[in-house]
Amino acid sequence: MSKLNSNTPTGDIEKRWDKHLFELSLIAPQNRAKYNIIVIGTGLAGASLCATLGESGYNVQSFCFNDSPRRAHSIAAQGGINASKNYQNDGDSTQRLFYDTIKGGDFRARESNVYRLAQLSGNIIDQAVSQGVPFAREYSGYLANRSFGGAQVSRTFYARGQTGQQLLLGAYSAMSKEIASGKVKHQSRSEMLEIIIVDGKARGIVVRDLVSGEISAHTADCVVMCTGGYSNAFYLSTNAKGCNTSATWRAHKKGAFYANPSFIQIHPTCIPPTGENQSKLTLMSESLRNDGRIWAPKNIEDCAKDPREIAEEDRDYFLERMYPAFANLVPRDVASRAVKSICDEGRGIGTEIHGEKLGVYLDFSSIIERIGEDEVREKYGNLFDMYERISGENPYQLPMKIYPAPHYTMGGLWVDYNLMTTIDGLFAAGEANYSEHGANRLGASALMQGLADGYFIAPRTVVNYLAKNKLEPVGLDHPDVVQAMDEVKERINKLMNATEPKHSPDYYHKKVGRILWGACGMSREKEKLKVAIEEIKSLRIDFWKHIKITGIDKDMNQTLERAGRVADFIELGHLMCRDALEREESCGCHARMEYLTSDGEAKRDDENFAYVAAWEYSQDGAILNKEQLDFEFVKPSVRDYT
Amino acid sequence: MNFTLHIWRQKNAQSKGDFHTYRIDDIGSDTSFLEMLDQLNEQLIGKGEDCIVFDYDCREGICGACSLVINGYPHGEKKDTTTCQLYMREYANQRELWIEPFRASSFPVIKDVVVNRSAFDRIIQAGGFVSTVTGSAPEANSLQVNKQNADAAFDSATCIGCGACVAVCPNASASLFVSAKINHLSLLPQGQIESKSRAINMVRQMELEGFGSCSNHRYCEAVCPQDISVSNIAAMNRLLLGV
Repeated sequence: MSKLNSNTPTGDIEKRWDKHLFELSLIAPQNRAKYNIIVIGTGLAGASLCATLGESGYNVQSFCFNDSPRRAHSIAAQGGINASKNYQNDGDSTQRLFYDTIKGGDFRARESNVYRLAQLSGNIIDQAVSQGVPFAREYSGYLANRSFGGAQVSRTFYARGQTGQQLLLGAYSAMSKEIASGKVKHQSRSEMLEIIIVDGKARGIVVRDLVSGEISAHTADCVVMCTGGYSNAFYLSTNAKGCNTSATWRAHKKGAFYANPSFIQIHPTCIPPTGENQSKLTLMSESLRNDGRIWAPKNIEDCAKDPREIAEEDRDYFLERMYPAFANLVPRDVASRAVKSICDEGRGIGTEIHGEKLGVYLDFSSIIERIGEDEVREKYGNLFDMYERISGENPYQLPMKIYPAPHYTMGGLWVDYNLMTTIDGLFAAGEANYSEHGANRLGASALMQGLADGYFIAPRTVVNYLAKNKLEPVGLDHPDVVQAMDEVKERINKLMNATEPKHSPDYYHKKVGRILWGACGMSREKEKLKVAIEEIKSLRIDFWKHIKITGIDKDMNQTLERAGRVADFIELGHLMCRDALEREESCGCHARMEYLTSDGEAKRDDENFAYVAAWEYSQDGAILNKEQLDFEFVKPSVRDYT
Repeated sequence: MNFTLHIWRQKNAQSKGDFHTYRIDDIGSDTSFLEMLDQLNEQLIGKGEDCIVFDYDCREGICGACSLVINGYPHGEKKDTTTCQLYMREYANQRELWIEPFRASSFPVIKDVVVNRSAFDRIIQAGGFVSTVTGSAPEANSLQVNKQNADAAFDSATCIGCGACVAVCPNASASLFVSAKINHLSLLPQGQIESKSRAINMVRQMELEGFGSCSNHRYCEAVCPQDISVSNIAAMNRLLLGV
């Protein structure tokens, strides 16, 4: 336990960040150009951080695996971004956003961090508007808000169903401005494959050029990972195909603790799979739950019928029935579990795969009747179009089919209040860190966190680290650099030359995904997790023996890229299951079948599990370190959404 | 469904490419176009052959990574749709598909059907931003924007930067892409001050990158997966001419 120091300020929670800001060291403007910072990833956290550090005068080297920084997966976020502006005068405040986020996370997040996030939320909106992010507006010209994901106030700012796109393009444009100014040097189509540690401090990275296959080392004074989440461990998820854990997992193997890896948000409203060759699942924004009603047939024999022919009295609006107060707007974990239990009862609808029908209806007929098709189109037009393109069905006429899918990872690299990992000089921002969402993230909070980290928190704390540490330059011939390069080359060599090459990366990815979905998905239990751990162990051995990659490594080779990522997902998958096994309670997304109330709700055990599980890598198996969570300002209560 | 696929294979930017023919069987109508290519690549791995590389990421039509010219149409014939959002049900009546890269000298082929679109990034760097810095922003609601302008700005801002407009244009012009960004920002009060210089700098960069000029064919609008209107180009020209 002594290994974890959260560096959290003390005193009144309202003043902690201000107090901390004053205590952080600064670097004078004329000295800033002497410092070099590596930023990996150009999603909301990465792009906003690059822009801000560049504007302040630091030298930034930035990398992303896509062909342009603008394509990072933040771009796909649909619904919105929270901020406690209280523009709607409905009783919102910093305190309330803080409270909602702590409670929504089922009391498994650090109070100080969450309060800071709520405090900064308003600044993000100001910043984005000044960049020209075209948020939705009222006829008066003022910003519009909506209520989102179970919030009882309207605090969500949005740009139709493309809020992530607009915020990312805002951050990307700010970053582009700094590329033009010369302060940010960016490389696209580059994948980080190793972290370079010199004298216990993160001093650089090893990168593979995805076009030429060349391996190169890059050194700096510190490194910030803004590399997103790992939902793709499940193979089928709402993440972009390229999203991966490789950067964070490389860091983990070099000493960065991985926190709460089993905390994965399974988003309730995704388009269900329709076949075995499906490559990804598509999210339908949570905002649809504001006006859509979720139901399943009451009778199993109705499940194959055209939904329009099922009489009103034969429909079970189960969320409205089970949770009358919050109804269709219950938090994501609660909604997902309810959908799963309905389908487990055999009342699912849609395509049958492996003998199961996994889907329920999300129905807009009531709202269309009430406000008309045109108004519904104004609100959700692009989402409805997207649904129709994918499913071939018109949601204005037929209810949508939905089923939960892995979407967001609350777990990630453990960081202190300064967003620094357990490796000195290695920071993690955005979804890559475990941070503010506890055991469940509220809707419209991911964009808020990514941008709070990138625009406002990391720029201050990274500079403090640079100001406080005297760092000698590290040359590319430094033995630790050479060693990291060698490790990368050896690993690629091993991947390219398996002893009995037989199976593609996708073959293994689907296998590990199925194991994780069965054991570490919406419901977890001891015996299944133990079996999964053994299965993953054998899969890992099998992988290294039989992985088959065609083509050559000194070339653009997407098969090799995928293989490297799958190898890391397999190892992370093992840790996810161990984490889920160790946490003998239910909380938020983590539903252990042994620890549920008689109504099937999560039964938390605050006495024994009010901690962040921070896993330390060891060749003999990961070691659990605990960061105890103290609740000084919010009394942990039972989450009750009935 | 069974298909004969003619796919452009090219080793790298220096070498010449040509079409290779593959056959793929038992494709379901709910399979996406890229999932069909995934399956083909699985077969190639089985045979020990180098896979076909193609750009993709989100597979939900928003990141702009996917490209491909399918039977002569960038992103396929279906309107307002990216390649990743095409499903094979669209090709139920076809048996033969021709798959090529986006072709333009400013988008050189990297390998197979992957092209280099970094020219678009450099155009944005030339001026596609508001020169605000973090921390200097005023209270968001101190600035009112009339809803009509905000909505129009959003319509232009939805461009995903995929480059289909360039691929289809006989002049390989990037005018739709460039004008959408210019118009997005010039419609908003935040972007007003730099409006003219932004337009001049971005258009100059477009020319430096080797993209051609607009000569009003309007194919770009027809193939744009985000339905970006050519009226953006007219607005850009008005801005440049100062009328």
